[in-house]
Amino acid sequence: MERIPIYIVRFILLIFIQVFLLKNIGFYNLATPFVYLLFILILPFKTPNWLLFTLSFLLGLSVDVFYDTLGLHALASTVLALGRISLIRITVSAEDQDNEPEPSMNHMGFRWFLIYAFILILCHHLVLFTFETFRLSDFGITLLRTILSSFFTLFLILLSELLFYRNKKR
Amino acid sequence: MRNLWIFISKYNAIILFFVFFFISLGILINNNSYQRASSWNSSNELVAKQYQKINEFKNYLRLREINDSLATENSRLHNLLPQLDSASLSNQTKKITDTVYRQQYRYLTAEVINNSINQKNNYLTINKGSNDGIKQGMGVIGPNGVVGIVLNVSPKYATIQSLLHNDTRISASLSTTKAFGSLVWGEGNFNSQFAILQDVPNHIKVKKGEKVITSGYSLFPAGINIGRVVETDLKGGNNFLNIKVILSTNFASLSYVYVITDGGAREKEQLESLNKKE
Repeated sequence: MERIPIYIVRFILLIFIQVFLLKNIGFYNLATPFVYLLFILILPFKTPNWLLFTLSFLLGLSVDVFYDTLGLHALASTVLALGRISLIRITVSAEDQDNEPEPSMNHMGFRWFLIYAFILILCHHLVLFTFETFRLSDFGITLLRTILSSFFTLFLILLSELLFYRNKKR
Repeated sequence: MRNLWIFISKYNAIILFFVFFFISLGILINNNSYQRASSWNSSNELVAKQYQKINEFKNYLRLREINDSLATENSRLHNLLPQLDSASLSNQTKKITDTVYRQQYRYLTAEVINNSINQKNNYLTINKGSNDGIKQGMGVIGPNGVVGIVLNVSPKYATIQSLLHNDTRISASLSTTKAFGSLVWGEGNFNSQFAILQDVPNHIKVKKGEKVITSGYSLFPAGINIGRVVETDLKGGNNFLNIKVILSTNFASLSYVYVITDGGAREKEQLESLNKKE
């Protein structure tokens, strides 16, 4: 409960970075990073589903408003939230979910976080770029953009996680 | 009833997912069309203000660059002035009232407060809106050439659908042969420096380095610079050429633009709406 202000600050800070800094970065429109989804990735394990979906939707919508793509990021973030729920259900034991506060690199270790983040980022980007193009005819270039952007996003997310990485206390 | 409740709580993740998924899909599809009535975008007051604040800071760092571009444009306009003077002088002696000299297009200066070139569909936000007489569908040019078309207007701000947008089509012609086609961006080309001129008939001879200008059939006055021909016939299409054009406007460093308020636009609109009725 006492960590709620931290999450609010994180929410605003990530949108700010995404919209004013990362929006201007990209390699020939092939690789564009979307770091804002770090917020959804490291929400606590105990977040109820309705809150998780609402927060993802709001986060996506706020990014949309600045990107002039209303609904697009909201949609991708909603898919991301579903992916997060199922992935955590499969890979994290109930015991770990009770002991560890959130699925971040600090608590779950580097290797688990790498796989977790990569799968979810890939899902998010695939949905995002597919719905942005809105047709299947040039799926090849959509796929290329998805993969290159995923690596770019993953790189930045790992970087920001490593900044706050401490050796495991457990 | 109890069973229903158990069902809902068991599959709440999936149910919630579908609720939010279809909400966002609905919003996305509703806002996909060209005529967006909603103000939930960067012409929105709150959002535009944030962009403006950041932009004030960014512009300060680029003052020299902006100054240079304004100075070059000024000198270009000064060079045009003697021609105009001589034209009006000859007019005075003959005393002919000629509508050629009536100003058809007016230009309104606006500052770009938000700009993107790295998206699939790019937009700009400017700090002038309906209070200054800007309306949806007006053309926008920069110091070096065509920039885009006004998409959404709020009282103080407006968003522009940039030339770097999948749906933007601008009627353009080649300067020597006057053959015209439509200029598009996207469709495999996502470099902000180049665009493709389509629908130019096959028999036209196109020189490399030839100027591409607006044709005057769209919102823009005729003869405004768009760019130069780099490569002709990209795909070897059937009856039409695809011409690669390097754009004269540097979209990455755009800070001031001119919105064209067409003096005869209303008359033209009324006339063209008559065609649609029949």
